[in-house]
Formats: sequence, C-alpha cells, structure tokens
Amino acid sequence: MSSLTIRNLRKSFGSVEVLKGINIEARTGEFIALVGPSGCGKSTLLAMIAGLETVTEGEIRIGDRLVNSVAPKDRDIAMVFQSYALYPTMTVRENITFGMESRGVPKPQREEAVKRVAALLQIEPLLGRKPGQLSGGQRQRVAMGRALVRDPKLFLFDEPLSNLDAKLRVDMRTEIKKLHHRVGKTTVYVTHDQVEAMTLASRIAVMHQGQVQQFDEPQAVYDRPANMFVAGFMGSPAMNFIPAKLTTGPDGKPAVSFKATGGTAVLSLQDGISPGAAGRDVILGVRPEHIFRYSPELKAAKKSIASIDAPVEMVEPTGAETIGLMRFGDLEVTGRFDPDEAPRMGETITLGIDMSHACLFDPTTRNLI
Amino acid sequence: MADAALARVHDREASAAFRRHFLSRVVIYGLLSIFAIIYLVPLLVVVFNSFREQPEIAQNGLIAFPRSFSFHAWADAWSTYCIGGTCEGMRRNFLNSLWMAIPATILSTLLGAMNGYVLSKWRFKGSEVLFTLMLLGVFMPGQIALMPWAFLLGKLGLTNSTYGLILIHVVQGISFTTLFCRNYYVSIPDDLIKAARIDGAGFWRIFRKIILPLSPPILIVTVIWQFTGIWNEYLFGVVFTSGREQPITAALVALTASGTNVRAYDVMSAAVLIGALPPLLVYFLGGKYFVRGLTQGAIK
Amino acid sequence: MSTTAADAARVPGPASPGPSWRERLTRIAPILVLAPSLAASFIYVFVFTIWTLYISLSNSSLLPSYGFVGLDNYASLWSNRRWNIAYSNLFLFSAFYIVGAMAIGLLLAILIDQKVRGEAAWRTIFLYPLAVSFIVTGTVWSWLYNPVDGIQMLVRSLGWTNFNFALASDRNTAIYAIIITGIWQSSGFAMALFLAGLRSVDPDLVKAAQIDGASTFRTYRRVILPVIAPIFLAVAVVQIQFAIKTFDLVAALTRGGPGISTTFPAIYVYDLMFQRGQIGEGAAAAIMMLAALAVVLVPYSFFVVWRHRRESHHG
Repeated sequence: MSSLTIRNLRKSFGSVEVLKGINIEARTGEFIALVGPSGCGKSTLLAMIAGLETVTEGEIRIGDRLVNSVAPKDRDIAMVFQSYALYPTMTVRENITFGMESRGVPKPQREEAVKRVAALLQIEPLLGRKPGQLSGGQRQRVAMGRALVRDPKLFLFDEPLSNLDAKLRVDMRTEIKKLHHRVGKTTVYVTHDQVEAMTLASRIAVMHQGQVQQFDEPQAVYDRPANMFVAGFMGSPAMNFIPAKLTTGPDGKPAVSFKATGGTAVLSLQDGISPGAAGRDVILGVRPEHIFRYSPELKAAKKSIASIDAPVEMVEPTGAETIGLMRFGDLEVTGRFDPDEAPRMGETITLGIDMSHACLFDPTTRNLI
Repeated sequence: MADAALARVHDREASAAFRRHFLSRVVIYGLLSIFAIIYLVPLLVVVFNSFREQPEIAQNGLIAFPRSFSFHAWADAWSTYCIGGTCEGMRRNFLNSLWMAIPATILSTLLGAMNGYVLSKWRFKGSEVLFTLMLLGVFMPGQIALMPWAFLLGKLGLTNSTYGLILIHVVQGISFTTLFCRNYYVSIPDDLIKAARIDGAGFWRIFRKIILPLSPPILIVTVIWQFTGIWNEYLFGVVFTSGREQPITAALVALTASGTNVRAYDVMSAAVLIGALPPLLVYFLGGKYFVRGLTQGAIK
Repeated sequence: MSTTAADAARVPGPASPGPSWRERLTRIAPILVLAPSLAASFIYVFVFTIWTLYISLSNSSLLPSYGFVGLDNYASLWSNRRWNIAYSNLFLFSAFYIVGAMAIGLLLAILIDQKVRGEAAWRTIFLYPLAVSFIVTGTVWSWLYNPVDGIQMLVRSLGWTNFNFALASDRNTAIYAIIITGIWQSSGFAMALFLAGLRSVDPDLVKAAQIDGASTFRTYRRVILPVIAPIFLAVAVVQIQFAIKTFDLVAALTRGGPGISTTFPAIYVYDLMFQRGQIGEGAAAAIMMLAALAVVLVPYSFFVVWRHRRESHHG
C-alpha cells in the first residue's frame, strides 16, 4: 500500500521547466528524503505535494486519492517550514490549535490534542509564550508540534533544520528520527544536506536539474550511485573521479590504467565486473575512505586492495581523521587517514585503494557502468 | 624612566583629543540649538499671540513676550468671529474637516490594507501591472483632476458637500495606502500564508487572523499620513465647497484674507492653532511610529 | 509494488469533483477585493487625464464644451507673460527648495547622528512642521514677513530703526520668502529620511573606516554618504513632487503677489479655471504641470526599475 504516488509530474514557470517528469512513490510509514543542490526543484516538488503550487502535468496521489486540484487544507497533510512559519502574533498554544480552529474542531478536543503533542515534544512550559520569545530549537519543536497535532496522512518537511546551528541540528535530527519511529507516519523530507538524508531516510530521491537521478535506499545510493552527479553529491569529501582506460592487468583480468605521478598505474578490477572491451575510456570513482596508507597486512587481509605511490600535497586534520590530498598525475585525489598514521606534507607514500568499492562511469553518459 | 616619558606623551595626546571632542560637542549642540530656535519661533509666536490681547499686540508687535493674557481670542475664533458675512467662527469648519478626514482616513486605510494584502500575498497573472497602475495615482497632480471631479461631483449631487470631498480623498488616497501596505506586507514571509493555508484558513481568515494582527505598524503610518494629508488639504476644499461647508484650511485662508485695516492677530493666531491642532496631536501621539514605519517600507 | 499507470487511469480518486461555489468565491475573492479600488484608480489616473487633455484641446471657456481647437490653448498659454513667470518661478523654486531642504536635512541628520542627548526631542522639533499644513505655515510666515508687524518691526523696536526686511513684499524677492518657508517646512522630512539612511549603514563599515584612520568628516564623505546615495535621489523626487504641486503655500503666503511675481503653475491653473472662466486654457496649464512631473518621474522610475533588475541579477 503506497501513501504517496507521484507520476510523470511536470512543472513549468512560463517557458522554464523546473520539474521534468518526476516519479516517486512512498509506502505507508516510509521516510522519503528529497535531496539535491539548491535549484534542483525539490522544494517546488514539496510545494506541489502540499498543494501550494499547481500541477502542470502528471499526477499526485495521497493514499489512492488524486489530489492534483485539491486545496492544501483538504489534502490531509501537515508541513514544517524552513522558516518554521510560526504565526508571530499568536502564542504557542494558538499556533498549534490554529488549524483545528480553522476546521471548527470543538474546544475540549483542541485542548486534548495540545496536551498530547506538548507532552510528546516536551514543550508544555512554552505554551503561553509567543514565537519571538523562543530559541531556535524551541521554535523548531513548536513547528513540529503544529504539524503533529493534526494526525495527518502525510508529513512534509522543508529543510527544517537548516536554520539551526550545527550542534542543535544534530540533536534535532536524532529527535526527528525518534519521532518518526514513534508516530510512524509517511514523511517527505526536503534537504540539501546529504548527511541528513542518509541518516533519516528509508529511501532517498537524489534530484538534479528537475529530475530524479536516483531513488533508492541510502546505502545503495551511497555504494552504487547511478551516475556521476549522485556519486559526487552524496558523501563528503566527495568521491574522486579518475579518468582511466580499460585494459588487461598482469594477471590477465580486466583492469584500469591511468597516468599517475611517475608512470602509468594499472589497477585490477574486482572479479565479476565486465565493463567492456579493453581500450574503452572510463571514469574510475573511488571514495576517499577507500584510499588509505598501504600496508602488506591489509593487502593480505583483503585481496582487492591495490597499491600506488603518490606525493602528498596537503594534509587537513579534522580530529577524528585526517584528510590528505595526493597528486595522481594532473589530478588531486582525496584520501582519509587515521590520525595516528597520517602522512606529512611533501612526503611520497604508498596508498592502498580498495577496488572492491570502486565504481566505473561512462565518460559520455556519466552513468554507472 | 622610559615608561614615564611615554605616559606623558600619551597624556598630552589624550588631553588634545579630549579638547577636540569637547569643542566638537559645543559645535554640534550649538548648531542644533540654532536650528531648534528657528523651528520653534513661529510656533511660539502663534501660541503667545493667541493668548495676548489685540491692543497689546498692536502696541508691542507680533513677536514679543505676552504681557496680557486672555482666552478671549480662542472663544472668538471658535464660535463668533466673522468670515465673509457669517459670524460663527471656525467651529463649523473644524467639524467639517473632522467629518471629512475621519471617514476618508478609515475608508482609504481599509481599502489600502486589503489591496496591499492581495497584491503581496495573492498575486496573480498581471497583478504587478495593476499595482503599477494604482501607483500612478501617487504622482497625479490634483490640478489634472479638477475639471473631471467638478463634473462628476455635479452629476452625483455632491458639490459643496463633505461627502464629495470624502470621495475625492478616498480615491486619491488609495494609491498611497495600497503602496504603503503592499510594501509592508511583502516583508511578511510567504511561509506564514502557506502554513495557514495548510492549516485550513482561507482568504479572509488569513487576513483577519494573521495579516491584521501584524499590521499595526503600517496602519499607524497610513492613518497618520492620510489623516494629516486630508486634514491639511486645501485645493479641493476651496474649489468644491464654499462658506459653511468649507473645510478648515479653506476657512483659514478666507479668515486671514478678510482682514480689514487692523489685522486681528489674536483671533487669527487662535484660528491657526485650531486648524493645526488635530494633525499636530496625531503626530505627537504617533510620530515615533510614523518615522519608523515610513523608513521601514513605505519609502523604497 | 504499487498500482501501474494503467490502473491509475481506470480508478480515479474518490474525491475530486468540480470546486463548489463557495470555493470558487474564495478563489476569486482577491480580484473582487481589488476591483473597486482598481476601477477607481483607473478612472482617476487615465480617464481624468485624458478628459483634461481633451478639454485642453477644446474651446471650453466658462463651461466645458467640446469643439476641437487643436493646440490653441497651449499657444495662448505660452504667449502669456504670467504663465511664463509661473513656469520659471517653478524652476527657480524647485531648485532652491530641493537643494536647501536636502542640505539642511542632511546637516541636521548628521548632527543628530553624533550620539546626541535627547535625540527624540531634537527630532520632534525638526519634524513637527511636517504635520502642519502649508496653509498654516504660509499664514504664520506671512505675518513674520509683514514689514509692519513682523520681523522688521521687531528689529526696529530693538533700536536698529533703519533695518529693512521686506522679503515677501518686494516683487523681486518674494519668491525667496516662499523658498525659505518651504525649506522650513520640509527639511525635517528630509532629515528623517536621511537619518534612517544613516542608521541603516552597516556599523562595521564605519568601524573599518575609523581603523583606517579616516576623520569623521572623511568617513561621512567617502564611506557613509556614498552608501546612502539612493536616499538622496528618493528624497529629491519626493520634494520635487511637493514643489510642482505647490499651491497651498503660495496661496497662503503671497497669493501670487506682489503683482504677479510669485505666480506658480498651480496657482495659475486655479485662476484660469475658477476665477477667469478659461477652462480650456486652465486644462492646458494643468497638462503642462503633468508634463513637468513626467519629465522628472519617468526617468526616475526607469532608473529604479533598472537598479532593481541589476540587484536581482546579482542577488
């Protein structure tokens, strides 16, 4: 049973097409994250689900009801805005009950609902205050309270954490996840932060230029990105892209070769990959965590580790780990190191590359091979 | 040793800086005081003269400290002074202005608030063009509209009546009030409206429950602007009304022009003050908000 | 996993009938609200202007009539010495009035901006004339200018018996009496706008200039005033509108005299239409006023639109 179905959805503003045939479907209770850079159309998509933007073409169903031309108030949805959109002249209590009041819900029932939500979010002491007297985190809670109180079919979140400072953002992220577990409502969550999308979502729709680039579970999106855009967008530091040619390795198996510092590197591909004829141009994608300091013990434990020598150009310690920038011919490649065995700037080290996690992309279509 | 020398040098610099600072303060307050005197003298002259007796004014001149005191001029100006044959003072004209300015202010402000709400939060195709069109009214010189208004008021039977002036001021005022309110409402986040729509509120409910409670700053600006503007308006008043129906500005001109040889400065001063008091009162009560609001959004 | 596209086409959602009349009413509510104001504004701006334009091309005299006479009224207007004086007065007045009000307004704003005590009191003193009508201001100043009772008498009674101050009663200087009074009335308004502009300047900018060693004067001239340059233009445009429409101030202060020395277009329009029964020519004069306004406002509005576009391109 799916609680949200979006089919061939298009949206144009004048001659500009901002959504070009979106297909997404969310199962009941699922947490869908729409993620992408600004301008990718994710907020427009959310606004269309909410009914705040008209549909140019295609259809949106909530449950099995076609809602294309249904007014926002009749869609049985609730939304949390980036700016929270708390009514500044109303108290927290009034903010939470405004929707029920507009729908003519009797007062005792409203009081009951406020009590329930306030307890759930632990905002009882704030009920009499105005939004102006609340901290960022408190406003965030009230905004969620306003959404929760109505028990809707669908929750919509529009970058709800982007106005919070870094620490609070992580706390609230956890809290949203807990809340979703407890309430179990279908949720669509828009964010430009790939970490938020990864941590919260049961499935992620990565959007770019008005299209869904990939719609899959977080780990799948991370491990097997459908194309170079997704590969580059998800993960920080970003995946390394190394232009290479298919060739045959010394052991007779398929391999890739590319120009490295001081010669050509040939790395064997993992068994079972048959990317095509030798000589074909490909792009080798390797995440920074799969580039590290080489040691024979690691190689012994994992056969898929290849080695390559490279000079270290820059080191950036972050505390938990150290990011190193190494030169591969004309390219700069990022790797992650344990602080204890981080290289020094200027040093040339032997890197290990875990080829079992490597991806190959077609340089013209930019899609995963 | 070196330390002591350094301290002395430092002291000399510090005291020079102090002297410079002191001097600049003297210049600043001096200039401000001079201008304050220039701005206040005319007001003081009128206030003093309205309480002086005419013979004393004639003897000591217009600009002098009062050496006599009476309320006589105020009473005269209010209810008995003769303007062009009728001797009922300014009372009637004062009330005319009041009954003109209050409804015209309320009506134009209400319309402006609703127009501003639509033009900022319920935009539709072409609404920006319509806004520009309404804006043109701000720049229209009244003289252009004199003949058409004369014709229109004649057709409607509203010549020489306060209702006619109310109509004129509402139509003229809509441009200003719409501009003010629209520019203010634009700064209210659209997300509030979206949230309210999801909460089930419609056009009017959003206006009543969300926009209006946020409006006092701009409504104060609009009301002050409209009230003082309408109260102080002269051209339409003198053209479209006469005698007892005139608003106070027109009556004031008639009164000061009707002076025979001896000018009754005491009564005229009181009359001028009666004519200036309501807008001054409005300004003193709300001026603080007026300047703030005007610069917040109205003038852009 | 879910329904296919074909299923969806066959099974329409249970609830999407046409909108009810109530909903339709809600949908057109914005336009219904706007309609009366829009109609009124349209009539006021366009119909009235075209109407007056038409009258200016007709042979209307005491009453409007619609015999077409082309540009006759304009020709007779421009051959009239009084109109020419009125138009040149307007330029003289506008130039001095705008520059004067802005200069004093800016000076006062900068003075008040020096963290003075009792800021609110100073502001109130300089701004109160704004609340008062030009009629009141003009009347009171006409007394002060009056040689028999006003400033001249005051100074003479203090001992300078040869003191002469007859600004408003000399036909060569009366226009300056109007200019001074106008500046007195409006410089407070300019001050308020400038002060708001000064306060809107990023304080870090001023701190940076101070650390760079700039004097207060230099900081204003090179850093602060350039930032608030748009306000100068806005103030000037507001003042120019006052200037062109000025009728009340002159009516109360000099009534166009002595002689015809302080005639203004606005005064002249009124005279032609309602004192002399030359409606056609009066309408022509009103159209010339509109033209003067347009000369100022059309380039300004293009400039504003241009700046707006440029800003939105960058932001």
